[in-house]
Amino acid sequence: MTDLWDGLRQAVWLLLTLDPALVEITLRSLQVTVTALLIASSIAFPLAAWLAVRRFRLRRAVIAVLNALMGLPPVVVGLIVYILLSRSGPFGVLGLLFTPTAMIIAQVIIIVPLIASIAHQSLRDLWSEYHDLLISMNATQGQRIRALLWDARRALLTAALAGFGRAIGEVGAIMIVGGNIDNATRVLTTAIALETGRGDFALALGLGFVLIALAVTINLAIHWLGRTEVEGRW
Amino acid sequence: MVSLFPMTARGAVTRRRGKVLAGPVDLTLDGDGVTVVIGPNGAGKTSFLRMLHGIARLNDGRIDWACSLEEARREQAFVFQRPVMMRRSVRDNIAFPLRLQGLARGAARDRAEDWAGRVGLAEALDRPATQLSGGEQQKLALARALVRNPQALFLDEPCASLDGRATREIEAILVAARAAGTTLIMSTHDMGQARRLADDVVFLKGGRIHEQAPAETFFEGPATDAAQAFLRGDIVE
Repeated sequence: MTDLWDGLRQAVWLLLTLDPALVEITLRSLQVTVTALLIASSIAFPLAAWLAVRRFRLRRAVIAVLNALMGLPPVVVGLIVYILLSRSGPFGVLGLLFTPTAMIIAQVIIIVPLIASIAHQSLRDLWSEYHDLLISMNATQGQRIRALLWDARRALLTAALAGFGRAIGEVGAIMIVGGNIDNATRVLTTAIALETGRGDFALALGLGFVLIALAVTINLAIHWLGRTEVEGRW
Repeated sequence: MVSLFPMTARGAVTRRRGKVLAGPVDLTLDGDGVTVVIGPNGAGKTSFLRMLHGIARLNDGRIDWACSLEEARREQAFVFQRPVMMRRSVRDNIAFPLRLQGLARGAARDRAEDWAGRVGLAEALDRPATQLSGGEQQKLALARALVRNPQALFLDEPCASLDGRATREIEAILVAARAAGTTLIMSTHDMGQARRLADDVVFLKGGRIHEQAPAETFFEGPATDAAQAFLRGDIVE
């Protein structure tokens, strides 16, 4: 119990003093995760809408695979990205390993299936509602996809938040491809892992509480900005 | 503007999983006034309309409009029995078909506002469409269908489950649309409504056209027994 208590005190202390190291790794956490989220959303949303609108033979298989990939083990993703980006790998010349860019790549791979699956669920329901209307109006495939994405924007926000939650708390993959280098690729989760290993539980817990507070704040802020649960059902 | 009519259907059939929903249908529509489709439940009224409009697959036979199919699709609209409310404001719902045609947002919204006024939704422009009452939703669906100024408007029981006042308001919109030159092809269960609106009557039974006649002739004395029984209020199967 004293550890928890110390952790809480340490968290408050770190926040109150705006500890420079804390600010730096927090900002890097945000930068990596938000960038990954934006890239992943711009891939996952159109993919989900396309899967909802388009009928083709392998559609069900693609959706099943996408759902299965939601449980992709981050460590394995990290390992594969590591191999691809390492000196001897196919993308070694880019020199991306142990940079925030590598961490973003790994996170994008981890959260695209998650966001696409959740988004697809709601887009599919909306499409069954809109199907006859949009066909009757002669909407093109692109117009159908855009109408679905726009009208399901609240549900897409939820999907994006799920992706954010997974990415900000992720440690396995970014530890491998980022390397937890101080001042370069250290983020909240890898710092927590490091401090725990060192035995500095209070600092690790302090960082942990900061991480939780960050996730909750972002979620609340986005819900508030998106006015979810205020204007009826969409 | 190219004319849609006359439309001819020859041996048109629509099926689902091998079961015939409507057809074979042979029909010529000249495009004057209001054609009312009546018949017992399960006679295939909805499928019949959907097939003519082109949202149900045509499995057999053919349907020809006086112009190319592409133009024909542009000049038609459909109002569903249960109106589909897009999750947007009333204004954006009505503007949507215009936006699909590439009209700029401002112009589309202006015309949407004009149409909202015509169907009595001027006060509701900014409300979410999903929050409208049943009658208002159907009026919105009508405005959204008419905003492109289609030559042909299909309506699938537009007044089902609406009360008298809403029905009267919708009929007024339909009469105005007809006066403006839109051809209406609608199904209904309400014989009073059929008598009020119809210029021509198509009586469907078992997916086929059992009888087709000008409204006056039909309501004075249908030629077939089944239609007579149906008008008397007997149960026709």
